[in-house]
Amino acid sequence: MKKYTYTEKKDTRSGFGVGLQELGKTNPNVVALCADLIGSLKMDAFKAENPERFFQVGIAEANMIGIAAGLTIGGKIPFTGTFANFSTGRVYDQIRQSVAYSGKNVKICASHAGLTLGEDGATHQILEDIGLMKMLPHMCVINPCDYNQTKAATIAIAEYDGPVYLRFGRPSVPNFTDANQSFEIGKAVLLNEGTDVTIIATGHLVWKAIEAGEKLAEQGISAEIINIHTIKPLDNDAILTSVSKTRCVVTAEEHQMHGGLGDSVAQLLSRHLPTPQEFVAVNDSFGESGTPDELMSKYGLDTIDIINATHKVLKRK
Amino acid sequence: MADIQQLQKLSTQVRRDIVRMVHAVSSGHPGGSLGCTDFLVALYNGVMKHDSNNFTMDGKGEDLFFLSNGHISPVYYSVLARCGYFPVEELKTFRRLNTRLQGHPTTHDHLPGIRIASGSLGQGMSVAIGAALTKKLNHDNSIIYSLHGDGELQEGQIWEAAMYAAANKVDNYIATIDYNGRQIDGDVDNVLSLGNLKAKFEAFGWQVVETERGNDLVSVIEGLSKSKSYIGKGKPIVNIMKTEMGAGVDFMMGTHKWHGSAPNDEQLAKALGQLEETLGDY
Repeated sequence: MKKYTYTEKKDTRSGFGVGLQELGKTNPNVVALCADLIGSLKMDAFKAENPERFFQVGIAEANMIGIAAGLTIGGKIPFTGTFANFSTGRVYDQIRQSVAYSGKNVKICASHAGLTLGEDGATHQILEDIGLMKMLPHMCVINPCDYNQTKAATIAIAEYDGPVYLRFGRPSVPNFTDANQSFEIGKAVLLNEGTDVTIIATGHLVWKAIEAGEKLAEQGISAEIINIHTIKPLDNDAILTSVSKTRCVVTAEEHQMHGGLGDSVAQLLSRHLPTPQEFVAVNDSFGESGTPDELMSKYGLDTIDIINATHKVLKRK
Repeated sequence: MADIQQLQKLSTQVRRDIVRMVHAVSSGHPGGSLGCTDFLVALYNGVMKHDSNNFTMDGKGEDLFFLSNGHISPVYYSVLARCGYFPVEELKTFRRLNTRLQGHPTTHDHLPGIRIASGSLGQGMSVAIGAALTKKLNHDNSIIYSLHGDGELQEGQIWEAAMYAAANKVDNYIATIDYNGRQIDGDVDNVLSLGNLKAKFEAFGWQVVETERGNDLVSVIEGLSKSKSYIGKGKPIVNIMKTEMGAGVDFMMGTHKWHGSAPNDEQLAKALGQLEETLGDY
């Protein structure tokens, strides 16, 4: 079993900011828009270095999405930045018609996703965004797991021709992936091989899945750990290959159970390889104020929850 | 610039196309289409710099038009076809299965001339502003045009966009308002009054041009020329253009009832009796 370590914790949004800053230097077509959250989205450096390619739109997210769609006409690659709630639910129709249906090359970059937004509470803690975005035809949905991976994903999506939803967050989490990784959209990352259970995680739950795998090993359970950074298109082959070996699966995500990664995995398995599955996700509930750690514990998104789900699914094999 | 008589003939033919298209599928929006016929005919035949033979999505070096009130697709399709963007014959496929001429315009089926999907109202001004910003970044001094229904101005996104365009001096952009005073449920004043529209746009920091006779080609061209004279002067430009919903077909005028209703056989015959076939029906 591979042992993962990290030297520091960093926020994924800062990975986005650094990735965007690099794109500012390397890709003259990249432009960025923000709806009054430049600091929160870590877009300061891009703005400072590329003032003519940065558009502050104010607190007007619908207009931001429309302007982004228009900017593509003539070859620009717009990256929009605001909180995940205002990047999706608030502007769903604008994304649906002006971006997705119109096939525009817009990158919707969303921070503060999920419960780990913390104290601001449920109004801002969107747990439905992955579902909203993955339902849109041809929308690519990416949820990287740490700072390095978010940076790599940000750079990678500029090269992808089509609409993308890139989801990241506010808290500092272990930064354990390779700083020089190549990011392949739609390609799962096999973190640890195992034989008893497949644990498929995305975003902030990936590190918790690694921790769970270590604890399960101490209990004599061999867990295969997969990092799904791209929820759509899903890496069907990687999942089917693993699950055909382990014959049971736990999915883990900071999102509603309805509409998230777990749903996508269940749909795949029900069609090709019916398999017992347990879901570590928020169960049809809004969040609330609290620290990120308190919330992840209260809503069942912790390492222990992955371990418990594993024990449960093993009994169903 | 084509001469007015030629444009008049084209307008009449486009109106025939509109009523025939919506009649053929018993659906669609003839009222606003007829009201905006003269505007779109003028825009695409002398006002806008565009290349109907070599359509590209990016439209570099060309003026670009965005239809925000996508439900008036019949007039848009007819004008595009009769400008040579696609075969006039294709108007037969309007709203039929597998057509490129969807009920509301879309880029999805790669119909030449269309650069954005519209239909859900209030989005086109933002898109037009984005395209105008890209023109500036690309040092392309072409002009962006858009058209909006007056009822559409009830959408909040329009005013987000209006605020942005003025604050950021998007002055390579002319938005035209189809100010016909009617919407599906009745008169705009009764559904949700726009109040003093000119004063609203002026308060938002726009240069306002008023076209009093939006169904008179000379007046439409004058309004657009005046609008163009304000390009590059630091303000976005709005052309508030008074039109008559249903213009050209007497029984479709003076009411909101033909906003989204198609004529039956008898009504079609009556309408066509008022519109001379000038350039040949499709």
